[in-house]
Amino acid sequence: MSLLQGAHPQTSQPAEARAALLAWPEFNKPAVWLVAVILLIMPFIANGFFLIEIFATTLILGTVALSLMFLAGYGGMVSLMQLTVAGFAAYMVAVFGMSANTNISLGWPWWLATPMALILATVFGTLGGALAVRTEGIYTIMITLAIGAAFYYFTNQNWPIFGGHTGINTIATPRFWGIDWRSDIPFYYVTLGVAAFCYFAVQYVSRAPFGLALQGVRDNPRRMAALGFNVNAHRVAAYAFAAFIAALGGVLQVWNYRQISPGSVSVGACIDILIIAVVGGITRPIGPFIGAFIFVILRTFALDLLVKLGLDGNRFRLLIGLGFLAIVFWSSDGVIGLWERWRRGAAAVDKRAGGGHGHG
Amino acid sequence: MFRSCAGLIALSSLLLSGAALAQEKIKVGVTATLEGTYTVLGEDGIRGHQTAINTLGKKVGDKEIEFIIASTDATPDSAVRAVRKLIEQDKVQILLSPLSGDEGIAVKNFAKTRPELTFVNAASGAQETTYVDPAPNFFRYNMDGAQWQVGLGKYAYDTKGYRKIATVGEDYSFIYTQVFGLVLEFCGAGGQVTNRQWVPLGTKDFASVIAALPDDVDAIYLGLGGADAVNFLNQYQQAGGKAHLMGGSIMVDQTILSAKGNAKNALLGTIAASGQADTWEDAGWQKFVKAYQDAFPPNKRFPSPSLLATNYYNSTMALILALRQVNGDLSNNQAKLKEALAKIELDAPNGKIKLDSNRQAIGTNFVTEVVDDGKGALFSKVVKVIPNVNQTLGYDPAVFSKIGLPSRTVPECKKY
Repeated sequence: MSLLQGAHPQTSQPAEARAALLAWPEFNKPAVWLVAVILLIMPFIANGFFLIEIFATTLILGTVALSLMFLAGYGGMVSLMQLTVAGFAAYMVAVFGMSANTNISLGWPWWLATPMALILATVFGTLGGALAVRTEGIYTIMITLAIGAAFYYFTNQNWPIFGGHTGINTIATPRFWGIDWRSDIPFYYVTLGVAAFCYFAVQYVSRAPFGLALQGVRDNPRRMAALGFNVNAHRVAAYAFAAFIAALGGVLQVWNYRQISPGSVSVGACIDILIIAVVGGITRPIGPFIGAFIFVILRTFALDLLVKLGLDGNRFRLLIGLGFLAIVFWSSDGVIGLWERWRRGAAAVDKRAGGGHGHG
Repeated sequence: MFRSCAGLIALSSLLLSGAALAQEKIKVGVTATLEGTYTVLGEDGIRGHQTAINTLGKKVGDKEIEFIIASTDATPDSAVRAVRKLIEQDKVQILLSPLSGDEGIAVKNFAKTRPELTFVNAASGAQETTYVDPAPNFFRYNMDGAQWQVGLGKYAYDTKGYRKIATVGEDYSFIYTQVFGLVLEFCGAGGQVTNRQWVPLGTKDFASVIAALPDDVDAIYLGLGGADAVNFLNQYQQAGGKAHLMGGSIMVDQTILSAKGNAKNALLGTIAASGQADTWEDAGWQKFVKAYQDAFPPNKRFPSPSLLATNYYNSTMALILALRQVNGDLSNNQAKLKEALAKIELDAPNGKIKLDSNRQAIGTNFVTEVVDDGKGALFSKVVKVIPNVNQTLGYDPAVFSKIGLPSRTVPECKKY
């Protein structure tokens, strides 16, 4: 045994490297490296507004939508409560941490409040998932939407914990090693780090045995059950994993705005996450981030664009809606689908499309 | 290829246009509720803002003020997002924001994180905004919800003879503040408030609320606004409701009184209190009404400015006048402008306004009754004018602080 181990590094290093490349095919493409480098040097290109309001917001919304992509793409479960889980985590940061509302906030330091929020939100998402896995298809959508709507109205009317319609203001953000982590550049790197972590986590899980089994459950639950897999346990575990990712997004969101109120967890906002995931494409983890980028750009600039064209600025929602309609009309699997079709057309190579990187 | 190029050019021109315009301009960001339940209120607020610009002009010395408008939906989140967009993307130096109560609390808290900028409240009226831990760079030239109810409780008790009332209000800070002002005065005079119902902002179905209204009360107080108020009145009439009504400041207001349909007729004879009265004889008020009417065609405005239009008019006027006093000098973190704003005394259309040490308005309040002008249009008629209403409503500050902050159950119905 020890002999074998001793021999291991010399003989199998190239093999290991090849295995790593097989497991992470992204690293083989120059475009991926280019995007990574651009994201890393973004603070030197973009100023405060673009850095935070566009790119950091994209990464945060993308992270929340990524959790939906994981459930929908690999598990076949469209959950509309992912934003609710994120909002729950955000509220918990405010409740356990420090804020201007001293009647509600317990005043814990951030390094205690944040893990607490993540744990509670993961538990919340898992419980919601445990309810939702008893249903399929449209009923899953219904029950998760119901959880989202119930949470919204609850926060709106509950004053002792959630601060009612006013919400909780001036939430403290982390400061350590002499850095204010909410100032623009550090915060950008925090969101980038978290988003990258979630992205690779989803990527990894999708190829791990659990992820493969989950995709099996998506494609044919009966056969998987016959093979001895516990179908519901896999689905609940998927909800738990997705809830953790959504919770990370929620914590970032509350640090970003330093304020949380029911408007952030409204039904409209839940649907926005679905739009982001669908527009980007739910077949790959990168989809939600692309969708979030398009969403943020449209949301931020639609009003200005209309005014510039001499039209009534009040109609900016129409422009946003038309943009989404166009994307969904021309590509049922989002921007990712468009990209893949274009590439296929260019290379004239018939590649198998569909979920799960062709592994699943 | 061509299409993507055109898209790129359009996008980059959008991004670059911000930098090209930076001359001697003072940039002011304005927010209003142009979406959601309070859309009509926000739109009329912007009309008031525009009327002030028409009257006073945009010039400050050799500089010009540029106003940039952003939209919110009465939720605090949307207000903070809009304000941040204005500051970070449009590079505004001064904010004229926001419209609604909880937005005000959130923007006040946000103002503390940008102490170098100046925030002039546009119209929001929650008490907490300037009463609890006020921000030194946040100025409010309109009274809060409780100040706007001064006189109503006494008038209802003494003149109308109401002894027992129930309230229905939207479940958020501004309406709490309004009910706070009403209950304090009505119960202080000896009346009873038997039942307080709260509905979420944006409620569409009031059936259960209407069914739960008590029968043994002399009047029902309505603290609703915008679409909520119209929905309630429609359903109340259909349910055959006949009780006497009392109204809050955005309930008996042109945003409701000039709504289409018959529902508003339920409001005839309703008593209310507000920072303005539509048919006040005062020359300054009449001049403002005329300016408002002349600025917009009749189908694009209300017959007479709403409370929101007046508030936006006043806050815009305060800002322009203060900027002129300091000749547009924004150096040293706008210190001179802030000083001028704190000291300015406005000769506003709805009476004189000055600020207290929390930078909160002390102004004039009006008790009104809804009348028909004979042509089917409804207006609020003055029955009483109360000058110099301060934020503690005439109470000793120590006594006032013991009452507690407005909420669903505060204040208790008793004499303080």
